[in-house]
Amino acid sequence: MAATHTDKTFENDLRALREKLLAMGARVEEQIALSVRALTERDTALPARVKASDREVNVLEIEVDDLCRKILALRQPAASDLRFITTALKIVVDLERIGDLAVNIAERAADLNEAPPLKQYQDTPRLAEMAQQQVRRALDAFVAGDTAKAEDVLRGDDHLDDLFVKIFNELLTYMMEDSRNIRRANALLSIAKHLERIGDHAVNLAEMVIYMVRGTDIRHARSRGLEWVE
Amino acid sequence: MTPAQNSRAKMEARRLAIRYGQKLAIRDINLTIPEHQVTALIGPSGCGKSTFLRSLNRMNELIPHTSHDGEVLLDGHSIHERGLDVVDLRRRVGMVFQRSNPFPKSIFENVAYGLRVGGMRDKQDIADRVERSLRNAALWDEVKDRLSESALGMSGGQQQRVCIARALAVEPEVLLMDEPASALDPIATAKIEELIHELKSRYTIAIVTHNMQQAARVSDVTAFFYMGELVEVGATEQIFTNPREKRTEDYVTGKFG
Repeated sequence: MAATHTDKTFENDLRALREKLLAMGARVEEQIALSVRALTERDTALPARVKASDREVNVLEIEVDDLCRKILALRQPAASDLRFITTALKIVVDLERIGDLAVNIAERAADLNEAPPLKQYQDTPRLAEMAQQQVRRALDAFVAGDTAKAEDVLRGDDHLDDLFVKIFNELLTYMMEDSRNIRRANALLSIAKHLERIGDHAVNLAEMVIYMVRGTDIRHARSRGLEWVE
Repeated sequence: MTPAQNSRAKMEARRLAIRYGQKLAIRDINLTIPEHQVTALIGPSGCGKSTFLRSLNRMNELIPHTSHDGEVLLDGHSIHERGLDVVDLRRRVGMVFQRSNPFPKSIFENVAYGLRVGGMRDKQDIADRVERSLRNAALWDEVKDRLSESALGMSGGQQQRVCIARALAVEPEVLLMDEPASALDPIATAKIEELIHELKSRYTIAIVTHNMQQAARVSDVTAFFYMGELVEVGATEQIFTNPREKRTEDYVTGKFG
């Protein structure tokens, strides 16, 4: 965005909004990392940190909503500004939800840390890394208005889904082997499912970025009878 | 879905250029004014939007040393045709100005003025037409008991609606509005905008406005002028959510100095 708004206070409001969204994004990325470390490092202090971080995310969500409403009411934004603000209002919902999922992961990790580990954790940290990377990429795409990067996120989701299926099948074998494994395997399954869901939220973010930049909505192409080829 | 697609062209400018003396005010304008739709002309001061509006009923020719190139069509016929009656053109393509300019006469006579000038003599015919025009201008109920009072004693919003009624009385086909609500308070403005919505089923409307929210609210089609050129024209929703041209984007988002 080369040209700036003639009205500097409007420009400042938009910048503040962008910064709040980025701060929120950075927080949730950190939450994902911490929640999975709570599992892999069996660190009992980390879940509390994830929850504390989630409170900050919740506060940011409300601040972003307030700021968007203020801008809509006072500035009647148009064109790319309008798309940015309506996108911001939706992005916060996904970001906040990712934060909640990270809290759920941390809670499951806390449960798991009460018992001996079921197995060596390899795939779960990988899935977490992938989910976190998807979120980061979607946020980078948002900041830079980079639709190519957003499309990378859309394509990247298949890898998460594949790994999730692999983890699911493996955990099933643990459960079938010994019913005493079920509780822990189920907790691990929940964590994997939450990570897979985080990946889906990253896809939502990427779709919104594409709308924000191009002004065309690519969501639910099939439902709307549209041809959409990647 | 562009509104212009499902409506025929009421007026059409083709390669229109207007000069005031040596100065080129607008150039190479190709723009269709679709029938029974509201077309908003937006752009910064001096962009040529008012010049374009006035060229649609040759009102700009009242300014000395005005000349034009290209053509303007009304129902497919050039409005510059030799022998064309300019007074009749201005009856068919009426105009409402920024400053409401009622004559220092009664409300009734203000609306009847164009009819008398046009040669209408029958009192009942005139009275009927005045009533219908005031009704169409959403003013009848407010003034029906004081038709003989001076129009100058009315509020600004009422005066503007009297001027609209005066324009409607001669049964135009196209209504040109130059900043019709810029001097009005928000309630009077809302009444004018509501009126524009009602009028478009019977008339074709082109409106110049500096108020972009107003253009967004009242129009079906928006044309953005800049430095004498038509930069972009499209469905109003498209212009305000996803303009194609960078200059339009900068203008509607307030990025012009």
